Amino acid sequence: MTQVYIEAAGLVAPGLAGWKDSLATLRADADYQAVELERYKPLLLPPNERRRATELTRLAFRVAEDVVNNTPASDISQLAAVFSSSCGDHQIIDQISRALCQEQRMVSPTQFHNSVHNSAAGYWSIATGSQATSTSLSAGDHSFCMSLLEATASTAIEQQDTLLCSYDTQPPAPLSSKCYVGMPFASALILTPVKTANSLAQCSVELVENQTESSCTNPQIEALRTLNPAARCLPLLELLANNNSGSVYLKSTGSLCLKVSIATCQ
Amino acid sequence: MTKARITPLIITDHTLTTALGCGSKINLAGLKQSKTGLTPCSFHTISDLDTWTGEVCGVDDIVLDEALKKYDCRNNRLAQLGLQQDDFIKSVEKASAKYGPSRVGVFIGTSTSGIQQTEMAYEQALKENEETEVLPDWFHYPETQNVYSCSDFVQRYLALSGVSYSISTACSSSAKVFAAAHRAIASGLCDAAVVGGVDTLCLTTLYGFNSLQVTSSDICRPSDAQRGGISIGEAAGFALVEMQNDSNGGIAILGYGESSDAYHMSSPHPEGRGAFIAMSEAIERANLQAADIDYVNLHGTATPANDTAEGKAVSRLFGNSLPCSSTKGWTGHTLGAAGIVEVIFSAFSIQENWLPQSLNTQNVDADIEANILLQPQSHLPINYVVSNSFGFGGSNCSLVIGEVKATTSKQGKEEGATQ
Repeated sequence: MTQVYIEAAGLVAPGLAGWKDSLATLRADADYQAVELERYKPLLLPPNERRRATELTRLAFRVAEDVVNNTPASDISQLAAVFSSSCGDHQIIDQISRALCQEQRMVSPTQFHNSVHNSAAGYWSIATGSQATSTSLSAGDHSFCMSLLEATASTAIEQQDTLLCSYDTQPPAPLSSKCYVGMPFASALILTPVKTANSLAQCSVELVENQTESSCTNPQIEALRTLNPAARCLPLLELLANNNSGSVYLKSTGSLCLKVSIATCQ
Repeated sequence: MTKARITPLIITDHTLTTALGCGSKINLAGLKQSKTGLTPCSFHTISDLDTWTGEVCGVDDIVLDEALKKYDCRNNRLAQLGLQQDDFIKSVEKASAKYGPSRVGVFIGTSTSGIQQTEMAYEQALKENEETEVLPDWFHYPETQNVYSCSDFVQRYLALSGVSYSISTACSSSAKVFAAAHRAIASGLCDAAVVGGVDTLCLTTLYGFNSLQVTSSDICRPSDAQRGGISIGEAAGFALVEMQNDSNGGIAILGYGESSDAYHMSSPHPEGRGAFIAMSEAIERANLQAADIDYVNLHGTATPANDTAEGKAVSRLFGNSLPCSSTKGWTGHTLGAAGIVEVIFSAFSIQENWLPQSLNTQNVDADIEANILLQPQSHLPINYVVSNSFGFGGSNCSLVIGEVKATTSKQGKEEGATQ
């Protein structure tokens, strides 16, 4: 079992525009309303990059900026990072694939260097000046679960504060016919190896066999959970928002489930 | 903060398929014969790119198992071809029987996964009807294009059922899988892991790197004064890894170092700032000093920017006499598979006490002060090798590779670690 502390959380999805603004909905004190997200301008990106940033990078920055704003004590230039996305940047894949169908096959150099799965992670390290380790991964629908494992292992073993960002956007047509994502969704956590004055909860993770995955308690939130690979974190976020201790099971790869246990610190 | 020593991660078995051929033996022979796997590009329908590629022969002929048909794409065909070499599957079956299939993790690095499938699907859709753009029925997105596809395929092909994910940090991907596997085993998520890298030639990378003007019209010449950029290659390499204990020894990852440049998306920091951190931390985790290292297998892509920056970081850390070379002249730059290719090449150097030269390099760039080998070196004791892998987005990973005995052995030059 690996044990770390959750310092802060971040959340961005239609109707859930920021962790603090989403608390009432997550606690079922307010009805969920799918208010579309307005175009976000990442504050930490230099103007040139901000203009060219894709929807995916803007979503990753939005949730990363949300989580760091919820923890003023964190030194973001020292944070290690785990970025996870099932699909990567659909918009860029679509644009490059279209360019390759033209006779000249002229790929835009900017689009090409933005096509790497670690594009948002690269921009984040440039924006924050962090030279710490940064990993970008995918495990399909289990991407949040696997990135939580990598982030908790990294936090506990390397004894470093770690930012975990998990996000996916909706693909444009025609890719949308082959890959269903119902809404954009992003979550973020900052994990620390030791308890701090701001710690929200202690978090332990453990792989178990023969378990079924947890649903959310609030049916309105549960309806969002399978719309986006990144939204598989919602049972955990629901526990955190309610300031409850308890356990949730997230479907892992293979035959396993991840048991995530929360002991509130507040 | 100094990094604590890690327990060595034993490479119980490995296999490698590159443009040099299928299987570790033929790759070692190709290295020793100074025989490049690179040829002028004739990939797919390309006729307008003046560049060289390291293409693996026979990938198109591979047929996937019926149960895994949806995973059919060039990348998974190469993965299957690679897995079938060197009796590697038998070693995995042994580990699976010993620990249980859910206790053997899978961590594969790739940069473009099965993107060639998407390229072909778009070509067909746009050709057939530009208005409706209907993607063909044969195109299975999650099983081919998705970054997870190759780890998912490898896990299913090997009948494993534990933790599994793809790392995709461009050209450092399949070096970072060793660090991920080490952390996963150290945290008890699995007892052993299949790690590796699979990346295949596709239009996206060939035309993409061409648009950045970093592909060479000549064969790639790492560290050469006249170098003109990369030759793109493809490869599949795998390693079965387990922690050192009282009954196993052998070639091992002794240390890993991971860092970010925090500088530019597609150019390295000119002084190799992130590269220096990655190499330093890898050596710290191996509990060694820079002076203990016998050889550096460079990232050495043959772009002007990479080779100069990496040379500066190497000189700053090791001085100018430590033997170094890039092996990209044999295989080309295999991108997300470069890490595993060069870890296995580093293992060859230790086993054979032999160092490869910087193939195709004629005159070393005067700005590179590191000791770039222009001739192979043999009959040297090679105990510790650093292998470098750096990627777009400023993602760096360095590994220290060495040979260790089982922890109870009295003769081991590396006794068991504390962690």
